Amino acid sequence: MEELLGILRTNARERPETIAKMLNLSVAEVERQIEDYERRGIIRGYRAIIDEEKTQSSRVTALIEVKVTPAREDGFDHIARRVSEFPEVQTVYLLSGTFDLLLLVVGETLKEVASFVSAKLAPLEGVTSTCSHFLLKTYKLHGLVMEPRDEYKRLKVSP
Amino acid sequence: MSTSDSKSPRRFVADSVLEIPKSGIRDFFDIVKTMDDAISLGVGEPGFQTPWHIRDHAIYSLERGATGYTSNRGLAELREAIADYVEQTFRASYDPAEEILVTTGVSEGLDLAIRAITNPGDEILFHEPSYVSYLPVIRMALGTPVAIATGADTKFKLNHEMLAARRTSRTKALLLSYPNNPTGATLSRSELAGIADFAIQNDLLVISDEIYAELTYEDRHISIASFPGMKERTLLLHGFSKAWAMTGFRIGYCCGPPQLIEAMMTIHQYTMLCAPTLSQLAARESLKRPEVDVETMRSQYRLNRNYVCRAFEEMGLPCVLPSGAFYAFPQVKHLGMNSREFSLALLRQERTAVVPGDAFGRSGEGFIRCSFATDLNEIKIAMERIRRFVSRLAD
Repeated sequence: MEELLGILRTNARERPETIAKMLNLSVAEVERQIEDYERRGIIRGYRAIIDEEKTQSSRVTALIEVKVTPAREDGFDHIARRVSEFPEVQTVYLLSGTFDLLLLVVGETLKEVASFVSAKLAPLEGVTSTCSHFLLKTYKLHGLVMEPRDEYKRLKVSP
Repeated sequence: MSTSDSKSPRRFVADSVLEIPKSGIRDFFDIVKTMDDAISLGVGEPGFQTPWHIRDHAIYSLERGATGYTSNRGLAELREAIADYVEQTFRASYDPAEEILVTTGVSEGLDLAIRAITNPGDEILFHEPSYVSYLPVIRMALGTPVAIATGADTKFKLNHEMLAARRTSRTKALLLSYPNNPTGATLSRSELAGIADFAIQNDLLVISDEIYAELTYEDRHISIASFPGMKERTLLLHGFSKAWAMTGFRIGYCCGPPQLIEAMMTIHQYTMLCAPTLSQLAARESLKRPEVDVETMRSQYRLNRNYVCRAFEEMGLPCVLPSGAFYAFPQVKHLGMNSREFSLALLRQERTAVVPGDAFGRSGEGFIRCSFATDLNEIKIAMERIRRFVSRLAD
């Protein structure tokens, strides 16, 4: 059934009728399987991949490296969960390397993101330092190249 | 010849070339290329681009100045990598020094093989429907092509009986091509064993075009070269075009007995000199992680195949499930048109291109070839258009 997840990873809006043909299943079987994935929390949600540069939005995105002191009992979990509670924080990863947490933070303005860092994130108990990187341009997102080059076109008919 | 013809430069063209019928694909292509918005299932090459690490290595090779000739046989390190790969995947071992020749695509390899073995009038058996170049290449070498028709009733598989019926005292070789373009047919171990037995009993050479070897969907490909007693009578043709999506690199190879490879070399060194160096280096890179590159594409092709075949089933076009390559070959005979009329009407009315089956030999009449090596979104639209067209015909 990994194949079904593979198809949805590429296009979450692929219709059950199409998937059924690709996997040699009935439409009902496909729908049942997707519901099962959703119920078990394997599929957690569906989002559109939006090229923000083409929208009117002036939202600001920052990647923030955070160094933290792990807690005695539960390591990084406690602080990571607290950080995750902030609605500004879209993504939280625990990483190996020179810092511990990597956050993706979105705000309406640069000031808003900056004040989130200084007023909310940096003062948190356990956070020892932060380093913010503001996003300038997105070249590729979730496997999609945002500005595809003029691609070479195949011949329409060939042996 | 008319009066105007006697002044035409055409008078200089050799008879052997004039006798070759115009390709059934070229005239069709001429019509399709005038339609910008046509969706095409007529393409005989992968919809993917060459994996990036291979293209990147080609760019790097150019930057390094790899722009000279290589040895006639091809780069030694590429032949060594080919030998390892062929041993692992085809279970046939070849000495890279003497038993492998790197060619400019399988097309050149096929031409060399046929020219190297054919005396005028020698008969070469091949099965149809088949790739468009087999018959012309045999003719241009002054051999006699003997086409053996295969049909949907045997799932386009060649067998011992069909071969026996067409063998004569002049039969020299059998040109075998499974997984097959255009039918998608493959042969099982026991089916291949029957053909191998026939070749051995009748002392025939087998030229085996296995360009689609990696693209099988149920069982792994088996090479006829791996059967006992076959290596010494087989020229195995393979290349990078299909599984690695490298058609434009024009790079392939031939594995076979040293005496035959040497004979092919004799022609190759005076006509091609060597396969393009840049493409040889790219091919070397593509053998570094074949499982990863090929598997990504194969799994997508398999899903596309399932989609296309189910869609044909739902619209009532009988279609043998293709177990290899990336073509479906449904039958349209019952709709009251021949395959060329069907394809032209489909193109004009629904702006969807497929290839009429008769382009692949007379026994392809009544079928159309639909490539599923294309973007799924395009496939969906094309299949909906074909469905609409077919339902109008059936009314």
